[in-house]
Amino acid sequence: MVTTTSPIKAESRDLNFYYSNGHKALKGITMPLYEKRITALIGPSGCGKSTFLRCFNRMHDLYPGNSYEGQIVMHPDNTNILDNGVDPIEVRMRISMVFQKPNPFPKSIYENVAYGLRVRGERNKRAVDDKVEEALKGAALWDEVKNRLHDLAFNLSGGQQQRLCIARALATDPEIMLFDEPTSALDPIATANIEELMSELRNKLTILVVTHNMQQAARVSDYTAYMYLGELIEYDDTDRIFTNPSRKETEDYITGKFG
Amino acid sequence: MTTQVLQKPIDLPISPRLAKNVRRHVLERVIEFILMLAALSAVATTIAIVVILLYESLSFFEHVSIIDFLTDTQWTPLFEDAHYGILPLVSGTLTTSAIALGVAIPLGTIGAIYLSEFASHRTREIVKPILELLVGVPTVVFGYFALLFVTPLLQMIFPELPGFNMLGPGIVMGIMIIPYISSVAEDAMRAVPMSMREGSYAMGATRFQTAVRVVTPAAISGIIAAYILGISRAVGETMVVALAAGQQPNLTFNPMESAATITAYIVQVAMGDLPHGSIGYQSIFAAGLVLMLMTLVFNILGHITRKKFRETY
Ligand SMILES: Nc1ncnc2c1ncn2[C@@H]1O[C@H](COP(=O)(O)OP(=O)(O)OP(=O)(O)O)[C@@H](O)[C@H]1O
Ligand SMILES: [Mg+2]
Repeated sequence: MVTTTSPIKAESRDLNFYYSNGHKALKGITMPLYEKRITALIGPSGCGKSTFLRCFNRMHDLYPGNSYEGQIVMHPDNTNILDNGVDPIEVRMRISMVFQKPNPFPKSIYENVAYGLRVRGERNKRAVDDKVEEALKGAALWDEVKNRLHDLAFNLSGGQQQRLCIARALATDPEIMLFDEPTSALDPIATANIEELMSELRNKLTILVVTHNMQQAARVSDYTAYMYLGELIEYDDTDRIFTNPSRKETEDYITGKFG
Repeated sequence: MTTQVLQKPIDLPISPRLAKNVRRHVLERVIEFILMLAALSAVATTIAIVVILLYESLSFFEHVSIIDFLTDTQWTPLFEDAHYGILPLVSGTLTTSAIALGVAIPLGTIGAIYLSEFASHRTREIVKPILELLVGVPTVVFGYFALLFVTPLLQMIFPELPGFNMLGPGIVMGIMIIPYISSVAEDAMRAVPMSMREGSYAMGATRFQTAVRVVTPAAISGIIAAYILGISRAVGETMVVALAAGQQPNLTFNPMESAATITAYIVQVAMGDLPHGSIGYQSIFAAGLVLMLMTLVFNILGHITRKKFRETY
């Protein structure tokens, strides 16, 4: 199985998920996320990758009628973040997310990055300034925007906007960062930038990334999970998944015979 | 570089599939013409109104100097000792409108935020039709409501409040305008893409923080449009003030006094039987012109603000 020296940061245990229309989108998924490693989720469209990812920050709670079954346990504190007694806002304070399409707020570059701090009630201007700079540097955007921090974020290019969203997610020091196809709306150069960024972030936090791009999964991730029709078909070291998968379905998908 | 000899364009045969279909072409032109007529009718009406206003006002200003019109502090065109100072009507219009907007803008905005961001689907289905019903109530009803219910109620708090005053009708006008503001503002807020809200929630924001810090600024241009509509409604509203504010032109900004607005004056005179062409008759056009200019100024200011905040997503 998996070769690792890293502790588990979070793990889903026998996770089922039902959409409000009764559709069972996840079927008994048990899978670890290793600390300070990148885990990639691959699989054909509609297999439940986004659904699984969005369980980790309780995004599904925003829509009435969705329900979870099973657990997602976070370590080292052993909290089941799907527990009814756990406030989804607390979960989102620890686990942040970057979306498929850049979705900056209608605010300045600075205020976009400061948003997470503001909603946490941070008032100290120096502290916010420092965090914003640190996050923008972490997202490799600082040099491009340092002279126009107070411009509207919409004036940035698509790739810059996505890095801004990464900076926004970084500013609050999350333990885990979720990426849902973060480069699918970007050109190859912007994509390469984001991939490089993810590799750098690997030193700081745990990453779960959904991607349709096999090369991307192979390039950036340590572990890869292949999902199909709401089930986890195979989970292993990325190298093994791409060179010597143990399941035929995985191989077919990766070699393009299917999907 | 080689110079090329210009060639005579060759007559390429047009494929029958690309050739003009005459019938379709004619039909399309006819439809276009009808649509243009419909659009033009609105424009033509507006132009006609402006022309008539200007024309009658011109005759008015042949008798009354513009200086007097703009500086005299009395408006008594129908009295023996006639004064033609528009200021008392303007002050009445501005005061009642300000009171109305003071009520309608906060409540309308809160209502829009509630309906768009907090209310469940079911609540919305119940509340919206009720609000729309409020729009359908004739303004005369609101006028009597102000005169016979709200003013007496206010008199319990302010015993010295006269029976005709600007406060009561101002408040009622505000209530009347709430649905306009809330429904236009709500539409603007609901048009904000879900992905933007998700971005906010994903940062750990609460519903309230998301509504106020992300959705409202994202919808700001539509919300300002709602305010412009509200202002136009307030400035142009007639019946409520005509009934409950007293029809006494009075240069004051004190809501506790009675006063007349431009519209109240117009309806008061128009209902009497002034001879065509008399100064009193022409004065309503001059007053109407001022009203139109005021509305225009508010609209332009609103558009400038909207431009400044124009959202893009
Ligand atoms: N809001 C919803 N209500 C009901 N069913 C949904 C909803 N969202 C997604 N689904 C269904 O759940 C399944 C998983 O969807 P999901 O979006 O997780 O797929 P995905 O793997 O992320 O696909 P893609 O690669 O296209 O993004 C699909 O069958 C989809 O139709
Ligand atoms: Mg998806």
